Amino acid sequence: MNYIFKGLFTATALASMLATGAVADEPKKGGTLITVLGSNVRNLNSAVQSGIVTGFPGAQLFASPLRYDENWDPQPYLAESWDVSDDGLTVTLNLVKNAKFHDGTPITSEDVAFSVEVIKANHPFKSMFAPVDSVSTPDAHTAVLNLGRPHPALMLAMSGQLMSIIPKHIYGDGEITAVKTHARNNENVVGSGPFKLSEFKNGEHVILERFDDFFIEGRPYLDKIVMRIITDPAARAIAYENGELHMGAFESLPRIINRLKSVDSLTVTPEGYGAIGPLDWLAMNTQRGPLADVRVRKAIAYAVDKNFIHKALMQGTANDSRTGIHPDSPFYSGDVETYDLDIDKANALLDEAGYPMNGASRFSLTIDFGWPGVKPQVEYVKAALKKVGIDVQVRASADFPTWAKRMGEMDFDLSWDTVFNWGDPVIGVHRTYVSDNVGKGVWSNTQGYSNARVDELLAMAAVEKDGEKRKALYAEFQQIIADELPVYHTNTLPYHTVYNDKVGNPPLGIWGTSTPIDMTYLKD
Amino acid sequence: MIILQNLLVRAFYGIILLAAVLVLNFSMMHMAPGDVADTISQSMGGADKEILDQIRADYGLDRPFLVQLGSYIGNVLSFDLGFSYFYNRPVTELILQRLPATLLLVFTAQTLALIIGVVLGVISARRPNGLTSHFVTLLALFGYSAPVFWTGILLLIGFSLNVQWFPVAGMRDVTISGNFWVHFVDVARHLVLPVITLGSIFLALYSRLCRATMLEVLGSDYIRTAKAKGLHDRDVVYKHALKNSLSPVITLAGLQFSAVISGAVLVEAVFSWPGLGTLAFQSIIARDTPTILGILFFSALVVIVGNLLTDLILRLIDPRIGAK
Repeated sequence: MNYIFKGLFTATALASMLATGAVADEPKKGGTLITVLGSNVRNLNSAVQSGIVTGFPGAQLFASPLRYDENWDPQPYLAESWDVSDDGLTVTLNLVKNAKFHDGTPITSEDVAFSVEVIKANHPFKSMFAPVDSVSTPDAHTAVLNLGRPHPALMLAMSGQLMSIIPKHIYGDGEITAVKTHARNNENVVGSGPFKLSEFKNGEHVILERFDDFFIEGRPYLDKIVMRIITDPAARAIAYENGELHMGAFESLPRIINRLKSVDSLTVTPEGYGAIGPLDWLAMNTQRGPLADVRVRKAIAYAVDKNFIHKALMQGTANDSRTGIHPDSPFYSGDVETYDLDIDKANALLDEAGYPMNGASRFSLTIDFGWPGVKPQVEYVKAALKKVGIDVQVRASADFPTWAKRMGEMDFDLSWDTVFNWGDPVIGVHRTYVSDNVGKGVWSNTQGYSNARVDELLAMAAVEKDGEKRKALYAEFQQIIADELPVYHTNTLPYHTVYNDKVGNPPLGIWGTSTPIDMTYLKD
Repeated sequence: MIILQNLLVRAFYGIILLAAVLVLNFSMMHMAPGDVADTISQSMGGADKEILDQIRADYGLDRPFLVQLGSYIGNVLSFDLGFSYFYNRPVTELILQRLPATLLLVFTAQTLALIIGVVLGVISARRPNGLTSHFVTLLALFGYSAPVFWTGILLLIGFSLNVQWFPVAGMRDVTISGNFWVHFVDVARHLVLPVITLGSIFLALYSRLCRATMLEVLGSDYIRTAKAKGLHDRDVVYKHALKNSLSPVITLAGLQFSAVISGAVLVEAVFSWPGLGTLAFQSIIARDTPTILGILFFSALVVIVGNLLTDLILRLIDPRIGAK
């Protein structure tokens, strides 16, 4: 076990050494970055399609008003400055004056207003812009977002891939909801970002070229980005190793991560996933059978050994996660019950809940999972719970939709699940715990959890303008859910970014590859 | 005349088969729990229920089953395979874009396997207990029983990583530029490992079958007669025996065309070959009904046309078939 930590430490040390080395280097212009997408892209228009696959090309093709530094502080991007009124009800964006779309048309406040309208109508994350009532455009370079209530989550929602500014003169030719299926989401894309679309071949590659009129002088550094579509993780691993790929993100198989860490020319790092915030957890249906009793849920948490999951199943590549908020987020508070392995306590809790040992078992439950990759976790839970007399039957699903339907209709006892934070907790965290989102499809509050204080805390946090007060509200929330366990949080999903020694300044900020890589370059 | 009549009857069966393929698969896709809206939501990292309902309405998935089936069949009858839900592209365009890659891979693998398989089969049949024969048997056994993804990854580790002769994935290197021959060589380099992987399965089949039929033919009376006439051994084997042992091999090759899609799926997945197999696989995973049905339609067509061609070739080689 020591060996794993040592390995981790060396990798981190190496990464920081390389990072310092990169600062000293002068960025070099030109070159073609060969990178990879782990699955086929459905849609390049990130204003109507979220997700980690579209995020990478989407953030190169389309600019957002803000970008973030590694300390979670907003930086100017398409908005050169911004202002939030004292009452929090108006957010004024002052756009960069010289910004142009890829067809040469100037980017104006009209386009910002249009983009907000399109995102509100089509983007899967309704909560991002729900409080935005209207966008006024006093002049061509000023856009004012008028809010019905203060909405601090807006700041993160205006960055990364979440608020892509798209041209009104291209996408405004039909119904607003029809932008989802607009023909130019995949061909002749006219974007606002540092790179323009050169070629998109479904299943083969996305090729982007430097946009010479990009609004930041001298950027981007790269001439071209080739995003190859390679769905097989083993093939990707070989391609990193033999130099066919310069860089790739979202590698999540522990075996492959550890193998790549041993290759001298490669850096493998878990940095760059804080905002996306991917979490693995054991979901418990709080409305079904014995699981309705919080003591049973706690017993399960005490019986399932997180340490085993971290060290044996994730082979040291994943971190502990204790609450619904990713440990890298500024809103995370780890000061909660951790449920370290305690079989005696688990047994006592189950006895107390009125489920005595009846022969070799107390009662039986089912456990679901939605994709083959998490089968080991599910099998482990089954084995671990057997020790405290809970008989677990594994229910495999034929495919994702089958599992999604079961989850959406709350037709499960236990399930393994992976859910992302997506920036601000309002976007990706609230949905799992608020009582008015029970059973509304996969990744809603599928656990049927309801707590008036949690509802109240989250409602307050959603409108709290003061950062510190907001953190305190989320801290209390995290304590309650760790106490009541609608889900047992086990670990972060071990997403890793891999890049070789030719890559300078890889995207390792809070949004990782879902940000413009206009500062990434290739060394000689 | 008989050939023409035969063709018409077969074409008629083909159309019925095609209709059955479409209706059956459409119904099966519909019966499975969950739909494409779920997989779209998965690709987006979750979606609000309102948006999911809107997606279902956009694609007409909220209509009754028979209405959906009727409108789909209607579209196919007017030669419109529809729009892919998942990729927002016309299905025909998606398929035509992927088809050449698959055809290139499968034809190259089939042709090479057929030629080499027959040669190996003949060689080992001439000395059934010789060293070569045992080697061919071993090779065939290995080629047929080793799982494709394992052979594929092993070849990748050997020839893309340890010695870097061949590229890992894809069909071309988009960073190189040059004339036709530069690109030809590039595609050929990308083709080598997938062809070996896919071809080894076919090779096993053809060499074993050719060996067996050759052995049978070599033991028959007319071969003895030919030898007794004092014909040269080579003439007996290649002119008399081989021609007669080829028809089962060609029949098998024809049947293998049905495997154009199914056989190539795994090989395409391992080598990220941008062909129909990967598209089929991803569409099934994504519950993208129009694309799946479109691919099944195309593969059914390929099988029907492939069988017709096999029939014609067999007639040319063995006149006895047409005479009946």
